[in-house]
Amino acid sequence: MVNLNASIIVALLLFGIGTLGFLIRRNAIVVFMSVELMLNAVNLLLVTFSRMRVDLDGQVMAFFVMAVAAAEAAVGLAIIIAVFRKLRSIDLDKASLLRS
Amino acid sequence: MISFLFYVFSALALASAVMVVTRKNPVSSALFLVMTFFCLAGIYVLMDAFFLAVVQVAVYAGAIMVLFLFVIMMLNLSPDELPAFMNRRIKWAAAALAIVLTGSLLFLDLSRRLPASPAGELKGEVGALGDLIFGKFLLPFELTAVLLLMAIVAAVIMARREI
Repeated sequence: MVNLNASIIVALLLFGIGTLGFLIRRNAIVVFMSVELMLNAVNLLLVTFSRMRVDLDGQVMAFFVMAVAAAEAAVGLAIIIAVFRKLRSIDLDKASLLRS
Repeated sequence: MISFLFYVFSALALASAVMVVTRKNPVSSALFLVMTFFCLAGIYVLMDAFFLAVVQVAVYAGAIMVLFLFVIMMLNLSPDELPAFMNRRIKWAAAALAIVLTGSLLFLDLSRRLPASPAGELKGEVGALGDLIFGKFLLPFELTAVLLLMAIVAAVIMARREI
């Protein structure tokens, strides 16, 4: 039997690592991967709560999160390619066209 | 046995998540991310969420990671033009922020008592989930189809024109 409280803690730590990566990296692709980590942490939490409540609704919710994550990955990577074409770089510090 | 496997998968998932964030080369970040996804799929199997485990491997480790690796290799950046980390001051502030956030979430979690073991059995099999998706959650499911179509159109427009 899986210890569900431990699973919640794993999900929270995974979310924290994702947040950290989102904040400290400058490479747009790795920032994007950090977002995926955070989405996965939320999925793990949803599955855990679904198991805890003996109710499949949480797993359906996690399924929808995966579908939205797939759409988000496609659009996000297209944006990264467009930014790269414009700036010849994927450094997020250089993407400051709106600042001036 | 299941409990032992759960701890192994959790430790591997957390360790490779840390590697994703700390590696300078995006290709190794991507491969460690695959490792994290597989470990999470293993945890889903241990929690009897079989369908989600399969979808996790197929969609995340299969489709999304191929997309990431494809973009990394298409951009083909040389190692010296790879941006790595924010400057030191932002880095420490961000680390402090992330630690405070995680710590407060952990505190919230530990300060309430949730049942450690559920009251009954729950099998996340294809049939049971399909009944829910095509019954109770039919409208969100159809909206997801529209969302995916919008994502395809947006990605194509974004990738072919100069913006």
